[in-house]
Amino acid sequence: MPIELKMPALSPTMEEGTLSKWLVKEGDTVKSGDILAEIETDKATMEFEAVDEGTVTKILIAEGSDGVKVGTVIAMIAGEDEDASAPSEPAKPAAEAPKAEAKADAAVPAPEGGEVSNQMPTAARALVAAVADTRDDLEVPAGTELVKMTVREALKEAMAEEMRSDDRIFVMGEEVAEYQGAYKVTQGLLAEFGPKRVIDTPITEYGFAGIGTGAAMAGLRPIVEFMTFNFAMQAIDHIINSAAKTNYMSGGQMRCPIVFRGPNGAAARVGAQHSQNYAPWYASVPGLIVIAPYSAADAKGLLKAAIRSNDPVVFLENELLYGQSFDVPKLDDYVLPIGKARIVKEGKDVTLVSYTIGVGVALEAAKKLAEDGIDAEVIDLRTIRPLDRQTVLKSLAKTNRMVVVEEGWPTCSVASEIMALAMEEGFDDLDAPVLRVTNIDVPLPYAANLETEALLKVGDVIEAAKKVCYK
Amino acid sequence: MAKAASAGIPRAQAAAPPAVSKVSTPAGIGNRERPDEPKAYAASKEEMLEFYRQMLLIRRFEEKAGQLYGLGLIGGFCHLYIGQEAVAVGLQSALTVGRDSVVTGYRDHGHMLAYGIDPNVIMAELTGRAAGISKGKGGSMHMFSVEHGFYGGHGIVGAQVSIGAGLGFKHKYAEDGGLALVYFGDGAANQGQVYESFNMAELWKLPVIFVIENNQYAMGTSVNRASAEDQLYRRGESFRIPGIQVDGMDVLAVRGAAEEAKAWVQAGKGPILLELKTYRYRGHSMSDPAKYRSREEVQSVRDKSDPIDHLAKLLEGEGVSADELKALDKDIRKIVADSAAFAEESPEPDLSELYTNVLVDTY
Repeated sequence: MPIELKMPALSPTMEEGTLSKWLVKEGDTVKSGDILAEIETDKATMEFEAVDEGTVTKILIAEGSDGVKVGTVIAMIAGEDEDASAPSEPAKPAAEAPKAEAKADAAVPAPEGGEVSNQMPTAARALVAAVADTRDDLEVPAGTELVKMTVREALKEAMAEEMRSDDRIFVMGEEVAEYQGAYKVTQGLLAEFGPKRVIDTPITEYGFAGIGTGAAMAGLRPIVEFMTFNFAMQAIDHIINSAAKTNYMSGGQMRCPIVFRGPNGAAARVGAQHSQNYAPWYASVPGLIVIAPYSAADAKGLLKAAIRSNDPVVFLENELLYGQSFDVPKLDDYVLPIGKARIVKEGKDVTLVSYTIGVGVALEAAKKLAEDGIDAEVIDLRTIRPLDRQTVLKSLAKTNRMVVVEEGWPTCSVASEIMALAMEEGFDDLDAPVLRVTNIDVPLPYAANLETEALLKVGDVIEAAKKVCYK
Repeated sequence: MAKAASAGIPRAQAAAPPAVSKVSTPAGIGNRERPDEPKAYAASKEEMLEFYRQMLLIRRFEEKAGQLYGLGLIGGFCHLYIGQEAVAVGLQSALTVGRDSVVTGYRDHGHMLAYGIDPNVIMAELTGRAAGISKGKGGSMHMFSVEHGFYGGHGIVGAQVSIGAGLGFKHKYAEDGGLALVYFGDGAANQGQVYESFNMAELWKLPVIFVIENNQYAMGTSVNRASAEDQLYRRGESFRIPGIQVDGMDVLAVRGAAEEAKAWVQAGKGPILLELKTYRYRGHSMSDPAKYRSREEVQSVRDKSDPIDHLAKLLEGEGVSADELKALDKDIRKIVADSAAFAEESPEPDLSELYTNVLVDTY
């Protein structure tokens, strides 16, 4: 039997990739360890090694092909004792997979049946399932052109645009320069701005967060990237004790205009130490601004605002959202106000309050609730501190019912804060207790079934919404 | 070199080896370039008088602060600098206010006075008054003067080392010719972030003078009870940061070392580490049980190694009379008494100040 070489999953979140380059051609003999191809994933360009020995009989996906789904057969290898001269085809032909002569930009559909055969099971995928349904009613001048852009591209554009206009801005962090970003968010910045302004650091979060903080105190505008916010635990002393309190402790004399940014929250199957939402931690600290956007447009507009802010900003991104595409206005300088929530979907029966990846879950729930005749309003908080209390309370006054949807733990959460707000300032508007739907109160487990159980679920949001509507 | 002012500085605990008398050079680091052995600074009589004046100002200011604390006018923590005056004065007299940056930990009064910051606004901060340098919102440990390039005043042991490397980063980034002087104690020298900062500072050749003020005790724990390598000037070796041990009780030795360190850093050779051997006469803070060292030990240093007495003797050799020094002391006592009166009479901050300066911008 000839051996099928399939498009590999090279990262926890990879669904598809680009077959950048073949390093072998048909007829070549390969042995294990030989580099067969370069594959560009959502995170990086990686080398694809041979595991089996034999002769490459057929290359099925041309180099340069985009959107090759994980699991697609990309080439065939004949084993040593097989007749390599006999043309071989995949056992189950990948239905529409383009042949080697396909155009470089051809989008490659998934293998037969549209099902990805060896995709890693993870509940994380469900969290971003609603992205495609997101309709952004952006507050932009009529006639503004919208372009589809991933959250990752939007973040990079925000940094690049701001760096072009202000020499004091620099980016530092692990793998931000030559590696092009652990999650490719800083891709291309080194080429444009050079090593003085795009700085690879050693793996020393406490140290480089402190160096960034000191540089900000002295008048620069650092963007400090944490590979993930889990690692910022090593640096949280500088974020809180050094950056957040400086302006106050100095009686307004010494400022600290710095952005701490990076992915936050659960990713896909990365286990307990790499899966935590820190929004409630930072949101409890006076002196910090905490932003956690959902869409690409908000990511761009709010990161630009964060960089311009004269206060220290914790900017919480989400790995699962990096590769998701949204409409982004094509404007020279798209900056959004910090501290303003956005009503993502209007409704009259119940308010679903969420932020970052939870917004997609809330939107998905709202869609299904509509089928049952419940018209849900969805609020994306966008900024967690300062919280846009007015937008939340106004919506509560309209719907009289509220459910908070949060990808994070329930205890001392942003949800807890919204519930307290509703009690203290919206009590007379409440027709039912406010409920929260969150992750389960355990460290995030690895096993796919347990992970599914632990993470925020659309079904639970629907159930909670029905409960507060007494339906 | 003015000899052995530090002869009386004890190494804590019984097994004390002979006291360090002067600069040392670590052996065995191959052919790497090293700074020259510092020489005692050749000060003019006027310069020596100015050093004397500054050290005495710090001494009298701290004595007054201790007194006000006892009267309940200063609250919380208050860490006095008495005994260590030669360090701040010797080092900072070599810097240029407004170009070079200084950052330190919580024992910060002396470093501020040595940078020419008004004693009145410092004392008023200690008493928590509106006229204090941080409007009364910082306190003894949190004082700053961006105008002077004095960046605090930090209460988390060791945090100022990373921040200080960041100040050096800014000087290099902005190409402004400045350097950062970063103070920390023998206790902070064991914090992990110190070494993260050493690594990056050397890697990026940041213009930073790291200064370990080794006053022998981290609160009540002596250096050799807490530090596997108790020759702290060697702590930069594995990062290729040269270290120099300096007699921190001799202001001219300190200033000489500052000149050498400044030359090294300004030549673009990266950071340098100075260990200043000094001694704290008072407790760690005002609530120190003083059980970890004997009264005799403290008295012995005061008698034999006091940095102010030492300079007074040198000044006498320069023909300055005891009466002149007495008159100078009188002037300083007046300045300090005035600062105490100012600090006591100034009103407390308006209650509205509670809510100001949390954020800079409005959202």
